[in-house]
Amino acid sequence: MDYVTRGFRGRRREPDESARVPPGQYLTDDFPVLSAGPTPHRPVAEWSFAVVAQDGEQLARWSWDEFRALPSETVTVDIHCVTKWSKLDTTWEGVSVDTLLSDVEAEAGYVTAFCDGGYTTNLPLEDVTGGKAWVAFGYDGEPLEPEHGGPARLLVPHLYFWKSAKWVRGLRLMDEDEPGFWEELGYHLYGDPWREQRYWGD
Amino acid sequence: MDADDLRLDGNSLGGLLGELFGREMTAALGTCASCGAVGEVATLVVYAHAPGTVGRCRACGAVLLRVVRAERRMWVDLRGLRSLQLEPLGEEP
Repeated sequence: MDYVTRGFRGRRREPDESARVPPGQYLTDDFPVLSAGPTPHRPVAEWSFAVVAQDGEQLARWSWDEFRALPSETVTVDIHCVTKWSKLDTTWEGVSVDTLLSDVEAEAGYVTAFCDGGYTTNLPLEDVTGGKAWVAFGYDGEPLEPEHGGPARLLVPHLYFWKSAKWVRGLRLMDEDEPGFWEELGYHLYGDPWREQRYWGD
Repeated sequence: MDADDLRLDGNSLGGLLGELFGREMTAALGTCASCGAVGEVATLVVYAHAPGTVGRCRACGAVLLRVVRAERRMWVDLRGLRSLQLEPLGEEP
């Protein structure tokens, strides 16, 4: 039973919201900033996004203007951080990874996202294709702030948010699932919040 | 909030490294494997507001150490340190 007086609650929760919160997570209205290093402030004139083969060969590249000329989508999704906060109904604008890979012969099974600042994270190719992932440049109707990964970050909302790499600069196509920055130090290779895959062996 | 406001210095590693090494570590001298800079652990730039704790070289920014703590496990990466110089325990200064 719920004895909390309505007027003393924070933001009103919709009745179906609890079904949208994965196990072990709590809801927040804030947008916490997590970072393993200093915030890069990459001017868009010096920004590009690349798709590269495992051996480093460049398969596709867009300048900022070319990237912004690609078709983009506005998506509203729930996000889940492995540090246990979840945030519902976040609205992003970005380019679908499907669009970025459409002209690339991708036989790879995995990708490694690489970023300004040296961060990496690994994902199965099928988790960034099929309308499941974006390179996002806008948040809540505004340009994405550097603290949240601007000028552009990966957005893969169905996995823990460390997979949604901030300051992303490209995707490397990989034959094997090579652990990224956190995945090589205890964090789960895949990171499904609904199966609570936080750490190795979860 | 600017994430750079979340930076700490290496003194914040005292408890964590004390747990790992069983001794006081912030005065240990670390050598950065990337740039060769030498400094006390206390001088590292530390980012603890992340899925783990990351200590970086104050000179070049390279990652010197990382620690991830789960409920029943810890993971430690010291690859970014070429060496750590410590005083042997129990010796007079």
